[in-house]
Amino acid sequence: MPQYLLSMYQPDGDPPPPEVLGPIMRKVSAWNQDLRDAGAWVFTAGLHPASTATVVRSQHGDVVMTDGPFAEGKEHLGGFTVISVPDLDAALEWGRRISEITTLPCEVWPLRMSDGG
Amino acid sequence: MPGPDIERVFRAEYGRAVSILVRVFGDIDIAEDAVQDAFARAAERWPADGLPPSPAGWIITTARNQAIDRLRREASRSDRHAQAALLHAGPEGGRSVAGGTGYGEEGPVRDDRLRLLFTCCHPSLSPAAQVALTLRLLGGLTTEQIAHAFLVPEPTMAQRPVRAKGKIRDARVPYRVPGEADLPGRLAAVLAVVYLIFNEGYTASTGDELTRPDLCAEAIRLGRLLATLMPDEAEVMGLLALMLLTESRRAARTAPDGSLVLLADQDRSRWDRGLIAEGQALVRRCLRRGHPGPYQIQAAINAVHSDTAPRRTPGATDWDQILQLYDQLLAVAPSLVVALNRAVAVAEVSGPAAALALVDELGAAPGPGTGPGLAGYYLFHAIRADLLRRLGRPADAAAAYDAALARTANAAEQAFLRHQRDQLSTPT
Repeated sequence: MPQYLLSMYQPDGDPPPPEVLGPIMRKVSAWNQDLRDAGAWVFTAGLHPASTATVVRSQHGDVVMTDGPFAEGKEHLGGFTVISVPDLDAALEWGRRISEITTLPCEVWPLRMSDGG
Repeated sequence: MPGPDIERVFRAEYGRAVSILVRVFGDIDIAEDAVQDAFARAAERWPADGLPPSPAGWIITTARNQAIDRLRREASRSDRHAQAALLHAGPEGGRSVAGGTGYGEEGPVRDDRLRLLFTCCHPSLSPAAQVALTLRLLGGLTTEQIAHAFLVPEPTMAQRPVRAKGKIRDARVPYRVPGEADLPGRLAAVLAVVYLIFNEGYTASTGDELTRPDLCAEAIRLGRLLATLMPDEAEVMGLLALMLLTESRRAARTAPDGSLVLLADQDRSRWDRGLIAEGQALVRRCLRRGHPGPYQIQAAINAVHSDTAPRRTPGATDWDQILQLYDQLLAVAPSLVVALNRAVAVAEVSGPAAALALVDELGAAPGPGTGPGLAGYYLFHAIRADLLRRLGRPADAAAAYDAALARTANAAEQAFLRHQRDQLSTPT
């Protein structure tokens, strides 16, 4: 079964206040549970803010570190889920639902599978 | 003898053959290569052997057998792609064409061309890729032909279907007609692609010629196919009617020197009565269905225009009815462009002053998103110019014609606008 990476992109800065975030996170949990119930869930992770990331580059034997995420921008990866579903339409439907819940864009990206899928 | 025969079979059957082979092997590249090989073989054999009893069947069987032979050779060299395709084709080596898709549930309609059309117009693909893939896989147009039709450099155009096919394969875009729940939205995307192809053919966005008839013919062919495969969809019928009625005026739309002739000035005896009759019959069928949509209403507007008998004057056009239809269109599909076209009907019903007030109001409205609104659209300025001319304001009209001229890259439209501007009486 093909797998897809669902990445959520969120604006940098303070998260919404608890009274806004609370109901959203409850719906996100329900979405995760639905994925498990459907046998589609593979892995989920939420990330700390992009300001906590470090880019490490090995150049001619030296290591150069950069404070912050790889891609500059006003929005960064906030979390991701890997799902296992029959085709792109199924993956896009899970993406549509999480985007509706979080009001954030969700990037749906097929995983290169070792079994040639 | 067989040269034109092969050409005719190719035009009629290429898309069907590719779509069947895609289902059998689950791979667009394998299907395309096999069908092209089969037509190459037909070009060798048919001149000597004569046309087979079922040319389409011959092509499909030949393509399938050639693909299987090739895949078996490659699979024996442990090519996993070939092994997967053979596995997809099933134990009988893909000979059971009536078999399942291998992609899960069936849509409400079982036709491979419909499946392929929905795959080509999948919303995960860019509109440019959707158009290129549809023309190539269902129309059998070469990259060179598509690049020429859209005046895009060939290497640029060559990239589009390659990338799109890669995405379809790697991201697993399903090969099926969407289920009932998704059908309206997905069908709208398919209709938009067909209409985009038609419009690019009817008013080429760049270049010296006003129209590119090949694209119109291809769009109408796709429209007829859709109407056959989805006879219950009123908007499919509406789109076909709209294209037929628009196409009926092609000959009258350009003067012998290639310049544009406006609807009101067209020689109505040059309208294609056969296409008009077919389009109007479709519009009447749509009306009986009672589920109006944007394409049906636009078709109805064109049907009213076509109602004007050959020897009657443009003044005989029922502008009241056209205005009512534009009101209806604006209600179901509100857009600045529809509102602008409605203003043209207002000019006929209530006079140019009322229309100009509407047009200027529309010009001040912001476009969708951060778009430039109507001010960036050549027709907006051309319509304004015509209204100003009719109101006896030649200096303002000339400025509006200049603004329109700066916003179209089509030589025939430019020539028309220049002519209109130069016809203006000099203010005293």
